[in-house]
Amino acid sequence: MKDRQQVLSRTKTLKIDGHDVSGREDETILDVARENGIFIPTLCQLDGLSAHGGCRLCLVEVKGSSKLLPACVTHVAEGMEVVTNSERLIEYRRMIMELIFSEGNHVCAVCVVNGHCELQSLAQRIGMTHVTVPYLYPRRVVDASHERYALDRNRCILCTRCVRVCDEIEGAHTWDVSGRGIEARIVTDLNQPWGQSETCTSCGKCVNVCPTGALFEKGKAVAEMSKKRAFLPYLTLMREKRSK
Amino acid sequence: MSKVRLATVWLDGCSGCHMSFLDMDERLVELAEQVEVVYSPLVDPKRFPESVDVTLVEGAVSSVEDMEKIRHIRARTKILIALGDCAVTANVPAMRNPYSVDDVMRRAYNENATLQPQTPNQVVPALLAKARPVHTVVKVDVYVPGCPPSADTIYYVLTELLQGRTPDLTDKSRFGA
Ligand code: SF4
Ligand code: FES
Repeated sequence: MKDRQQVLSRTKTLKIDGHDVSGREDETILDVARENGIFIPTLCQLDGLSAHGGCRLCLVEVKGSSKLLPACVTHVAEGMEVVTNSERLIEYRRMIMELIFSEGNHVCAVCVVNGHCELQSLAQRIGMTHVTVPYLYPRRVVDASHERYALDRNRCILCTRCVRVCDEIEGAHTWDVSGRGIEARIVTDLNQPWGQSETCTSCGKCVNVCPTGALFEKGKAVAEMSKKRAFLPYLTLMREKRSK
Repeated sequence: MSKVRLATVWLDGCSGCHMSFLDMDERLVELAEQVEVVYSPLVDPKRFPESVDVTLVEGAVSSVEDMEKIRHIRARTKILIALGDCAVTANVPAMRNPYSVDDVMRRAYNENATLQPQTPNQVVPALLAKARPVHTVVKVDVYVPGCPPSADTIYYVLTELLQGRTPDLTDKSRFGA
């Protein structure tokens, strides 16, 4: 009986887009939305990795809050009323997407993951048919010094999935972010070439979690590479079980 | 009913969008009943006519010549369509954009030339500082992403327009395609 009450107090009921839904108190709005088949766009979020809250594509409206809140890091609360698809959100998402495209050099036509890219398919899904802000055309450095993999920073959206998977799952912490704002870029170790990294185990997890073609396997031509991510939630789950 | 006057132009692109246009195959015959192609790399006339209903633009605006052409065309076109990624985003032609025109020319005509390396200074139109998406130069009415957009997509766009509707491309074509 006591157990049951504890479970009940940990269950929150709320509304998402007018639907009555419920979730555990340790779940995020994104978790509960997904359980109920409600689509919220995401890029930096990946099941099995810690939340980052960086890309802002998952912003939602929560009644009573004047700010938009990122669904991937906002926990559900009793009586919450969430809106995921207002005109304002649709416009903001498109704007965020345009900014992401304008700040790198994304040329889908000649990319290894053309047709298997989360950025490309999300752009289509949220209805971005062109970019209205000026492109920046930054000059970014490619690192092809690793024996099996390469990094094309032109395609990097700084989601930090590679940084997190390397730190949290592989335990190597080879990747990190260097610089700030528009200067930010991912680096290996203390900014040595990837091929000379002493910590990299060449496991390839970073390559597989990367949502774009920024990290890829050498020897793949245009549209030839697809990423395998299914391993991640299992790995996390198994480790959680073992440490209990 | 008089026919819809259609033009197609080829700026800084690879002609792939025009190939895709031709890939409409037998549907071209059906379109020809309602549409007259008044200017195109695929037909004879050398001058862009005074009034055109719909112009499909392939390619980015990359040279002074492209710039003149697209302005001339915009002024004579009712509905201007950016066809394909080069027109919509500048795409592959824009891969030179992080570098200066001098660097690009040197790379292409000197460093990579084995015979008489020299930069052309006549006939070939001068490059603009950056390859630009069409809509950053003139107003664009419809955006059709894709590299190239499929024949089905182009057919959809044209048939929608013929029926007086604005084609909605949001889920029909994506960058890269
Ligand atoms: S390389 Fe890929 S995974 Fe890493 S930050 Fe860039 S886009 Fe994200
Ligand atoms: S998915 Fe929530 S901020 Fe990126």
